[in-house]
Amino acid sequence: MPSTFEYTWDTPVYKGKTSFSTGLFIGGKFVDGSNGTTIDVINPATGKVITKIAEGTPKDVDIAVAAAHKAFDTVWGLKCPGGERGRLLNKLADLMEEHFDEYAALEALDNGKTFTWAKNADLGLSIGTIRYYAGWADKVHGSTIETGEDKLNYTRHEPIGVVGQIIPWNFPLMMLAWKIGPALATGNAIVLKPSEFTPLTALLTAKLIQEAGFPPGVVNIVNGYGNTVGQAISEHMAIEKVAFTGSTLVGRKIMEASAKSNLKKVTLELGGKSPSIVFDDADLDVAVNWAAHGIYFNHGQTCCAGSRIFVHEKIYDVFLQRFTDYSKSLKVGDPFATETFQGPQVSEIQFNRVMSYIESGKQEGATLHLGGHRIGTEGYYISPTIFTDTKPDMRIVREEIFGPVGVVIKFKDDDDIIHQANDTVYGLAAAVFTTNVNRAIKTAHALHAGTVWVNCYNTIYANVPFGGYKQSGIGRELGEYALDNYTAVKAIQINVT
Amino acid sequence: MAQPVEISIAAASRKVTVPTGLFINNEFVPSVDSNELIQCINPATEEVICSVVAGSVADIDRAVAAARAAYNTTWGKNVGPLERARLLHRLADLMERDRDTLAELESLNNGKPVRVARDFDIGDSIGCLRYYAGWADKITGQTIEVDNKTKLAFTRHDPIGVCGQIIPWNYPINMWAWKVAPALACGCTIVMKPSEITPLTALKLSELIVEAGFPPGVVNTVPSLGSVGGAALAAHPDVDKVAFTGSTVTGRKIMEAAAKSNLKKASPERALLAILEQVSLELGGKSPHIVFASADLEQAANWAALGILYNTGQDCTAGSRLFVQDTVYDKFISILVSKAKEIVVGNGFDEKTSGGPVVSKMQYDKVWSYIESGKQEGAKVILGGQKRAGKGFFVDPTIFTDVRPDMKIVRDEIFGPVLAVAKFSTEEEAVKLANDTSYGLGAGLHSKDADQCMRVSSALEAGTVWVNQYNLLYNNVPFGGKKQSGIGRELGSYALEEYTSVKAVHWNFGEKLDWPF
Repeated sequence: MPSTFEYTWDTPVYKGKTSFSTGLFIGGKFVDGSNGTTIDVINPATGKVITKIAEGTPKDVDIAVAAAHKAFDTVWGLKCPGGERGRLLNKLADLMEEHFDEYAALEALDNGKTFTWAKNADLGLSIGTIRYYAGWADKVHGSTIETGEDKLNYTRHEPIGVVGQIIPWNFPLMMLAWKIGPALATGNAIVLKPSEFTPLTALLTAKLIQEAGFPPGVVNIVNGYGNTVGQAISEHMAIEKVAFTGSTLVGRKIMEASAKSNLKKVTLELGGKSPSIVFDDADLDVAVNWAAHGIYFNHGQTCCAGSRIFVHEKIYDVFLQRFTDYSKSLKVGDPFATETFQGPQVSEIQFNRVMSYIESGKQEGATLHLGGHRIGTEGYYISPTIFTDTKPDMRIVREEIFGPVGVVIKFKDDDDIIHQANDTVYGLAAAVFTTNVNRAIKTAHALHAGTVWVNCYNTIYANVPFGGYKQSGIGRELGEYALDNYTAVKAIQINVT
Repeated sequence: MAQPVEISIAAASRKVTVPTGLFINNEFVPSVDSNELIQCINPATEEVICSVVAGSVADIDRAVAAARAAYNTTWGKNVGPLERARLLHRLADLMERDRDTLAELESLNNGKPVRVARDFDIGDSIGCLRYYAGWADKITGQTIEVDNKTKLAFTRHDPIGVCGQIIPWNYPINMWAWKVAPALACGCTIVMKPSEITPLTALKLSELIVEAGFPPGVVNTVPSLGSVGGAALAAHPDVDKVAFTGSTVTGRKIMEAAAKSNLKKASPERALLAILEQVSLELGGKSPHIVFASADLEQAANWAALGILYNTGQDCTAGSRLFVQDTVYDKFISILVSKAKEIVVGNGFDEKTSGGPVVSKMQYDKVWSYIESGKQEGAKVILGGQKRAGKGFFVDPTIFTDVRPDMKIVRDEIFGPVLAVAKFSTEEEAVKLANDTSYGLGAGLHSKDADQCMRVSSALEAGTVWVNQYNLLYNNVPFGGKKQSGIGRELGSYALEEYTSVKAVHWNFGEKLDWPF
């Protein structure tokens, strides 16, 4: 029998409690993993264990896939009308709404982001995404297509069947919503692996999925490690589609596994090294605030982080001064303290990784302009960090750091900046700061990025698509576009004699 | 006047308060300049339920002004899609909560069975509100490539503005939902004129508009005579769009008024600024129902009976002309007659009842005059055709055979449980007979021959063709008429087009204009 996790908060920003099963959620029930083993869940603010959760194995993936298929073949898929699928999704959103603050506290505890950010950013968009896709459920249209009076041709946009979903630790609940929303709206059954670093909000959601009344087997949550559970999902012969958000490195493995197994459809949201471009006619306050938001939001643990900040040489000095002042003002500390802007990085592994990039920056000869050190001795806190005087081939300029580390780079003119900004294997996002709208449009059109923000950063809406060019990914999430990831188009041609 | 009244629903042991004033700016108010009242009659007993304020032309002006003010300040482009969706969902929740009360009030005023009102009319209405709530944040335009070096072209689907909505008495709550939901989802504000015969549920629903949290002026409800309030809305220079469901005769008047409105009433300067009203119309029908020899006769009889008896035949898509293939004619007719006999027509509060009275004395007299004309023109009555004694506007199922295409009962919309039946021998003949009408709202066919189903459904000139069924609609499938049955479509994604106005933006970021050109 899996244990129940219970936790009570008594903090300046939140007082409350939570309670849910730590088992795997398969076929509508919470169960132990097949090996009976568990995974420790660590609080990154302290480095201490919060609880243990059941560990899934490839055998558990098999069981989950079977449960998902059974549900899809009997009570889900197109056997459940879109209106009913939408109703269940709206019910889930209602239940999530009832647990709003509890969710925010749980996310802060598990991931290290501040309670306030979780409440003001993650929760609203997560619930909003579920509601957005609830609205699509009865609007998945095919087309009727004219070829001649002797034929009736039409398409159906059918659910794929059983889909695998593997999500990361940086926005655990939000990534779950982005995945299950469109998959369920279109009628698929799901086997989902949360990150082993941040499984808790997924488990609370499993409880609410049960409460909302989704038939057993429609959503299955299998916690476990990437190289066991994740690999098993990617290779599974009875999973027709896998959606992954995470590092480019792992994204490649998933695509390989698909190629070697059953050619399952693959969509990937991967890394980035997104440019923030500050032109000389930018509103400087707007540029400083948003560029800072671009790199420091979520402690830099954002796939679309604006980690390369390009500033026109004419305003470089004044921008750097203001940007540095702003960075210095950010309070790093306890996610549950009222003043905190930035909590700890999510794990020891991530902490070490970021620190080693900072080390490489120093060694390769960049100027450490601000920060670059650990804060405190407990928990994985890193100070907001700025490097200047970089060269394009440095690792801190080329590779995704995934921490609160920005590089600030000078540029000369519009042609120069387009070249520098696009000089990366990534293409997830970009931002342009200028008061000249014509310049904004021209630049936005020239950038190789899936999202271009103009005079803002990191603003996301459930109905606007998001995804990467080049090695930042394949496919789009959010908006109507996400429906294509989870539907198979069947063309039916009826001969009318 | 304009105070709420308490109505006693004896059969349900319930008292309901119903507001009787005009609903403008989230308040129930008296008329500005008139003492006229509308009497609401219970068609099962012919007794007066209560009276409500009758809106005047000046009241319509006031309501339009309120709707325009709301559109410019708290609604229209000032309210985001998520908020519109949230409010529509909230309204649906409240309708769900008050389902039983609304069903009883609907039955009292319209006559339809309470259980039908509760399960179908209100059930579908709640679904309609939720369906359009889901569209609110999905109203997208296009970006269009013209010249990548210098131009950005895109469209915006803006709300059309202030909408006048005029709804009929046959499905008061359902027609209210079909109109209100897409208009609000798109960001429009509304002046709703419910039918003067059945205004009570629209007024009760206006209370829910307030409770749900819609800002004042977003929805306004002005019960009024068609010739007063309806005409005023259709001709109003500050109403951007009028949507009407009702008879074809009135539909024509509305279209005329809309066409004339920017020139006739306005002063010369304003004539240049006044808007040519957009019009969408859901009008009448004389829908054909075809039974081919290969059909499952038992099932076809069920659907054919439903087609003419549902809502006591007061349905714009009523399958009022039945064409049966000669080889199965006798057998089918005898099954059909026995099906029709099983339907209990009576008081809506009786659980046994499947059909209530027709809605008013005027409709009662009209239906009976058609039945008389059928007899006089030589058609044969094989069921019904006899008036009942006693109170209530009850018309029993009536079936005419041996009809000719020129008979009034074959050409005109009767809007009662009166069916005209004819024979045919070939598929071509059936299609020709079916299409021989100025209407084009619905059509049905029954056949087990799939190719025949495809050919005939393709050939029938109707906005909705039912194959091996009849009458059933879904909120996500469009509905509307061809020919003189109407303009535009309701339901589905198509309804959004009725309430949005497309603006194309051409943005130049690189082209310099040489001068002189």
